[in-house]
Amino acid sequence: MADALGASGAAEVAEVAGAAPGAVAGARRGGGLPFDGAIGVPIGVPIGVPIDVPKRNRAVEGLRGYGLIVAMWVRSTMTYRTSFFLSAFGNAAIQLLDFVAIWIMFSHVHALGGFTLPEIALLYGSSSISLGIADLVLGNTHRVGARIRDGSLDTMLVRPVPVLAQVAADRFALRRVGRTGQGLAVLVWAVVALDVDWTAAKVLLMPVMIVAGAAIFGAVLVAGAAFQFVAGDAAEVQNSFTYGGNTMLQYPPTVFAADLLRGVTFIVPLAFVNWLPALYVLGRPYPLELPGWVAFLSPLVAVVVFVPASLAWRAGLRSYRSTGS
Amino acid sequence: MRQGTARRAWLYPAVAAGGFRRYATYGTATAAGVFTNTVFGFILAYTYVALWDERPGLGGYDQAQALTFVWVSQSLLAAGALIGGGFQEEMQERIRTGDIAVDLYRPADLQMWWLAADLGRAGFQLLGRGVVPLLAGALAFQLALPADALRWLLFLVSVLLGLLVSFAVRYLLGLAAFWLMDGTGINLMAVVVTIFFSGMLLPLTVFPGGFGEFVRLLPWSAMIQVPLDVLMGEHAGAGGAVGALGFQAGWVLVLLGAGRLLQSAATRKVVVQGG
Repeated sequence: MADALGASGAAEVAEVAGAAPGAVAGARRGGGLPFDGAIGVPIGVPIGVPIDVPKRNRAVEGLRGYGLIVAMWVRSTMTYRTSFFLSAFGNAAIQLLDFVAIWIMFSHVHALGGFTLPEIALLYGSSSISLGIADLVLGNTHRVGARIRDGSLDTMLVRPVPVLAQVAADRFALRRVGRTGQGLAVLVWAVVALDVDWTAAKVLLMPVMIVAGAAIFGAVLVAGAAFQFVAGDAAEVQNSFTYGGNTMLQYPPTVFAADLLRGVTFIVPLAFVNWLPALYVLGRPYPLELPGWVAFLSPLVAVVVFVPASLAWRAGLRSYRSTGS
Repeated sequence: MRQGTARRAWLYPAVAAGGFRRYATYGTATAAGVFTNTVFGFILAYTYVALWDERPGLGGYDQAQALTFVWVSQSLLAAGALIGGGFQEEMQERIRTGDIAVDLYRPADLQMWWLAADLGRAGFQLLGRGVVPLLAGALAFQLALPADALRWLLFLVSVLLGLLVSFAVRYLLGLAAFWLMDGTGINLMAVVVTIFFSGMLLPLTVFPGGFGEFVRLLPWSAMIQVPLDVLMGEHAGAGGAVGALGFQAGWVLVLLGAGRLLQSAATRKVVVQGG
């Protein structure tokens, strides 16, 4: 935490320098600043009169701003190229170690919780890819707490790009592709090693599971960022649900107590990231009494959890009071 | 001269107390960390139960000992800064920005200064993030915690030696910034190595064959594996305890010595830019 505060100084300079051209370009294209004469608002419109900014533009500008900030951080990361490759490799390796642990376990046993190594590899790979994507796209929202504390969130509020897009792109860490790549490698191995009777539904369910899983993890990340408006420096709590959830989802649900399963099915619905779809693919029942079709509910669950997460983010942002100078 | 020695005698305890207080101010962060360590403890504990159900006595531990391994290692993670959060990122940043010149100017030894600050931090983390997860684990699972005070005392000595080994390794990482400038990559690689070789991932006694014997000789085993074995009486008897603590102390001397050598090489590199 101390390092996050200390290290942000240099990054700040880079970010302001990098983002400013984007902000200006955004305003010229009619996205943001309503008082900028260049976008065609009549000069003379009294302050306080609402100006219609088409809703579509907000989303487009969000993505555009996100893209610009991301590109800036990627350029900045590439300044220390050796360090980048070490980090990307390190990210994949940290992830791989979890799998090595499982592999070492299987050097002593034939099944864990009644599941074989390729079956666990399917769970492991799918959860890792989903978390990897969510973490790459939205992972740095956890830095919002540090920005609230040092007051630098203020600079984001005045830019014509949605704050969530800016926070998500903040110090974008391309090295996280390492985790996704490693998860993909394990998943491919699992699919090859498994003896599954592939039907069209099962084949279709695989990409749906990955994307919906990433969206569910993404919702957790956004909710975690919103929580920091209330709780201050409690960024680590979200690790319990993201990294902790990921670790849990790598093992079969039969390993865990029923109360824990109920919690991650009905309260924080992590079971929909991969457990329920993957168990359908494997032709195994979920330990809780649930109908078979719930395996296909992941996309719906992703939408349902994103709504409260984004509402929480908005509420958090509205409640934000600057720390002052 | 005598006054100088006297001043130095209280300097490092004061720095350590500062390190303790600095982390004690992060109340919410500590609570969040306790929550995270507890959640991870539960997840790992369930997987260990499944594993030890399948293979009782794996790695020379019964199920209660394996669960003790999970919960005590969760309690030691933050204190040892084993997955980040120590001082080296700050030190690397000071090297990158040139602030390290200020540290070199102080009438204190650079290595001792950071060591004192890190031990203060570790002391807080041990109390702040160590006790609660262990209590949660002891309430929810049957653990193999000893009732013998001497064993706990030996365990605390072993934890202290483990913290010193961890510091000494991280000090080398900190100094690496004199050559690398950006420490992100090397820190991450260090975390990979630490997770794997400390016993955090799986007890090192579960690692197969000759490879298992090899990893138990590396300095990282002094950070988690050895303190836990001391606690659970795997190194029972005076000879066993001396052997275990001696192994840790040996690595402390070697690694702190390597830090001193690298430090003198690094400080010769420093060029102070006027401004």
